[in-house]
Amino acid sequence: MENFLHQVLSGLATGGLYASVALALAMIYQATHHVNFAQGELAMFTTYIAWTLVQAGLSYWLAFVLTLGVSFVMGVLIERIIVRPIEDKPVLTVVVVFVGMLFIFNSVAGWIYGYDLKAFPSPFPSDAWYASRFMSAHELGMIAVTLGILTLVFVFFRFTRLGLAMRGVALNPVSSRLVGIRVGWVLALGWGMASAIGSIAGIMAAPIIYLDPNMMGGILLYAFAAALLGGLTSPAGAVLGGFVVGVLENLAGAYVVGTEIKLSVALVIIVGVLLVRPSGLFGRTLVMRV
Amino acid sequence: MTAILEILGLDAGYGGARVLHGVDLAVEERGIAALLGANGAGKTTLLRAVCNMMVRASGEIRFAGTRIDGQPTEEIARLGIGHVPDGRGTFTHLTVEENLRLGAYTRRDRDGIAADFVRVFSYFPRLRERRRQQAGTLSGGEQQMLAIARALMMRPRLLLLDEPSFGLAPVVVQEIFRILAAINKDEGMSMLLVEQNADIALALADHAFLLETGRIILGGDAALIGGDPSVRRSYLGY
Repeated sequence: MENFLHQVLSGLATGGLYASVALALAMIYQATHHVNFAQGELAMFTTYIAWTLVQAGLSYWLAFVLTLGVSFVMGVLIERIIVRPIEDKPVLTVVVVFVGMLFIFNSVAGWIYGYDLKAFPSPFPSDAWYASRFMSAHELGMIAVTLGILTLVFVFFRFTRLGLAMRGVALNPVSSRLVGIRVGWVLALGWGMASAIGSIAGIMAAPIIYLDPNMMGGILLYAFAAALLGGLTSPAGAVLGGFVVGVLENLAGAYVVGTEIKLSVALVIIVGVLLVRPSGLFGRTLVMRV
Repeated sequence: MTAILEILGLDAGYGGARVLHGVDLAVEERGIAALLGANGAGKTTLLRAVCNMMVRASGEIRFAGTRIDGQPTEEIARLGIGHVPDGRGTFTHLTVEENLRLGAYTRRDRDGIAADFVRVFSYFPRLRERRRQQAGTLSGGEQQMLAIARALMMRPRLLLLDEPSFGLAPVVVQEIFRILAAINKDEGMSMLLVEQNADIALALADHAFLLETGRIILGGDAALIGGDPSVRRSYLGY
């Protein structure tokens, strides 16, 4: 029973990582109908930036905030420079560009920082009072940070003018232009936000799985499973999917398949969702008028 | 009378296909101009060309004296042109209130926006009742009202209306046209109204233009055009 509880709680902690990346994927998918395969590598790359800043002697939280800023700007630039010109191109072109970005970020990180594992600090000391048998201090802190960010994002979408504009643009870009929304900039800001949210996952994951250029591969796969499960068109669904997948992964690893082939749980979920309910639990079925 | 919208020698189309050929048209300040024509004549294309949306156009378009042709759609909207588009352009998964908030997106004056909520709800009381409802669940008539109300929230100087009567029951059409007349009278808002329903459009408008396969074949006083026997035969059916 105790082990079960431990598995569930630590599943929620890693689920928070999947939830963040899944949210980033869903935000971009909802607005542009593109799946950003490079989301994970972008997060990995910015985690290296955070590492560099910490190495340079900056305090953890200052490095954290600066990295999110850099990540936001990178997201905006990628949208404006790389994604904008291919917006209306065939799906295959877009996929190839995103996969290309994935490999570019991966190899540039390897080229600059090397492929050896690097330790990454946690801001939550392991002897902290809130550490327990069931959950390490970092896991608990990770959940707190993730929930905090998700709440902020929710408040942003629900209550701010720009958040409403982002939802409007995702639903109906033509009408959005007609009410004077500068759709191009709104999309770019959405990319920036998604990029920063992904970076949080990278920074939170690094103390557990160590920093290396391939660190986000598994997380991205699980995030895909989470986003598909919740529905790529539903950011809230994607977040919920993230936590569900995190717990499922841990329980399956502990009691069913063992940790060796845990990653295939994600693939089973992806295939299962696509077969049974392609729009996910909370997603909308897109109906196209031809 | 000065013109708020002037169109000179407008050619427009989609890709290779030309739809409009050398169209001249003007809407007078505080006036209502009706643009009539059969299906496929190019009425919607003309409105889209004014807002530089989804069409390729060349020619001169002046709004309140300044050239706007070639500017991005969102900047044209910001100048004060409210477009109630073909198909109504509802933000279906947002509430009625959020749709209206998006209409006021470019404005910063909180008090003015609050006053405009009261104003559009006084024109369309049904929208007040449904303000928390998802806009996609509204009836066709209510969505048309919402589209007009959304455009009004911008406080535009010119309203472009693309077939507001489309697919609606006659009683709803009458209600909407009565409200449009009131808005024009109370606020002096200029309108360019595209319609297939010539009868009701001519009753509302002071000027009318007849569009046939991409060319204006007749333009002038709405009452005169409504009285023209050939127009009556071709467009009014009696």
